[in-house]
Amino acid sequence: MRNRPLAAPDQSLADLRLERGQNLLRLVPTGEWNVGQSPRLDSLLNDLRPEGAREAEIDGAGISELDSAGAWLLLRTKHKLEQEGVRVRNFTLPERYTPLVQIMEADHLTGPVVHRPRPRGFRYFLERLGRGTMHALGQGYGMLGFLGRVTVEAIEAILSPRRELPIPAFVRQVEETGLTALPIVGLLAFLIGVVLAYQGADQLRRFGAEIFTVDLLGVGFLRELGGLVTAIIVAGRSGSAFTAFIGTMRVNEEVDAMETMGLNIAEVLVLPRVLGLMIALPLLTFYADVVGLIGGMVMCYFDLHITVPMFLRELETAITYKTLLVGLIKAPVFAFLIGLVGCFEGLRVERNAESVGKLTTRSVVESIFLIITFDAAFSILFSIIGI
Amino acid sequence: MSSAPQREDDVVIRIRGLVNAFSGHVIHDHLDLDVMRGEVLGVVGGSGAGKSVLLRSIIGLNHPESGSIEVFGVETADMDAEDLKGLQLRWGVLFQGGALFSSQTVAENIQVPLRRYTHMSQELMDEIAAMKLALVGLPPDAAQKYPSELSGGMIKRAGLARALALDPELLFLDEPTSGLDPISANQFDQLVRSLQQSLGLTVFMVTHDIDSLRAVTDRIAVLVNKKIKVGTFQTLVQDSDPWIHEYFSGARGRAALAGTA
Repeated sequence: MRNRPLAAPDQSLADLRLERGQNLLRLVPTGEWNVGQSPRLDSLLNDLRPEGAREAEIDGAGISELDSAGAWLLLRTKHKLEQEGVRVRNFTLPERYTPLVQIMEADHLTGPVVHRPRPRGFRYFLERLGRGTMHALGQGYGMLGFLGRVTVEAIEAILSPRRELPIPAFVRQVEETGLTALPIVGLLAFLIGVVLAYQGADQLRRFGAEIFTVDLLGVGFLRELGGLVTAIIVAGRSGSAFTAFIGTMRVNEEVDAMETMGLNIAEVLVLPRVLGLMIALPLLTFYADVVGLIGGMVMCYFDLHITVPMFLRELETAITYKTLLVGLIKAPVFAFLIGLVGCFEGLRVERNAESVGKLTTRSVVESIFLIITFDAAFSILFSIIGI
Repeated sequence: MSSAPQREDDVVIRIRGLVNAFSGHVIHDHLDLDVMRGEVLGVVGGSGAGKSVLLRSIIGLNHPESGSIEVFGVETADMDAEDLKGLQLRWGVLFQGGALFSSQTVAENIQVPLRRYTHMSQELMDEIAAMKLALVGLPPDAAQKYPSELSGGMIKRAGLARALALDPELLFLDEPTSGLDPISANQFDQLVRSLQQSLGLTVFMVTHDIDSLRAVTDRIAVLVNKKIKVGTFQTLVQDSDPWIHEYFSGARGRAALAGTA
């Protein structure tokens, strides 16, 4: 029965005795030559030099236990000696280990495994930069192709409803991305309203213009913050879910099965999600606008003693329908981006578990990046046309 | 290590009165089983008969309702993770899907247990990894591949190499030949047999492959009606239980038996 204390490699349960005669090197390994002892034995054997010996003997009769790590060390030593021109005239081991040594010799002694080099330095940085750039371009190109495909499919599906449109799937998407997001979107919008009112009041109080906190809240929330915050929450919540769901379907070959049955992937998987989100996100944005303003209103009451009627009267002068519409018109665009990126990355998942996680992360990062880029583009556009 | 006659201390795994139940549904009803040192035990049973649950109970991934499981004379049934460590050095497990860590290369996978339990130099670990790869019949260039770049058969071999990394005495195989073509499956059987003989392993193998059962196992344990029946291929063919009879004397069983003649 073997009992190897791997935790204590220094304990000398295995030993190697060297006997040097005339032109002869005798190695006498004894004890337990196993994986636990191998680190120590390895360094002993690495220090071994023939020192002029022409012949060698390895006498392992005193080995009490041998496993493949120990056998490897002995065989490696034998080969090293032979390569240095020393003839190994005798290599004995207890008879019960003959099959072990035979199977290891039959497999030929191979060199150590080679690891893929992990390059560093400036050249590697350049290489990565180039690779990253090409990847980003390829990504954009792929997304553009996907956009085209989805657009064509969408128009076809709407113009000529060959089959029944997947209405239940569509409704479920509105519910999953919209209705179930109400608590988290509401809570965060309320808190941001509170924070914005507090910070605004703090600054404007110095000019005695506390009442304009209401204007700041109204314009800030309706035009920008409401839509942006909602879109970012939904990108993290639903965009990732799209990628993970479709990605898992790819891992399970469900997507391949659909294609084999003649189902249209864009119609079955992508359209309900993108269209559902395009309905849900504007509604969520409006909801966030309202809750955010309520948050600001509460803060104004406690911090600035602006009563609710005062708040509403000031709000009426500060904002118009246009302010609200400018904010809301961006929501379907953000929804389209989130849905498109989420489905696109989901369909690119390879058939392994790691890929699902990697692409889900990428999906969220890309959709948030696109949301903020498009928001900036909208700002420029609106300032040019003077809204 | 040698195939000495079956003495008391030659029992590697001793199971007594094992009961496993999931949400009231009993899977194992007071099972008894002994696995002897140096033997290959095949475990078969219908789908849902609890083969994998039995394996997971032995290696401590599943806590049984009651009963005792001794591995190397140590009770594992109520062990926590800390206590299991001493045993984990002495057994290796090949999971059904290989369970290779997908973010690491094959060589790094094999070196995980070496890194965890020994203080080897990187050079020695690289040599050992190469040696294990050769032992399981993988080409040297498989070392730097990632699991996603391997075929099903290569994944099983790489998983076996990782299971053998610490030269365990006891090897658990969970459906090692499932998903392999008959030729690869046959080669894998030969590999298990030759490694078992040369490394002196005790093998606990869950399988459905009737050719594997014939080619590799010394004894077969059949899970049927929440109990276990142990025998050899020849004795089980004549068993009175209808399921066992059907299993071993169906067309596939006869073909496998004809191969032994």
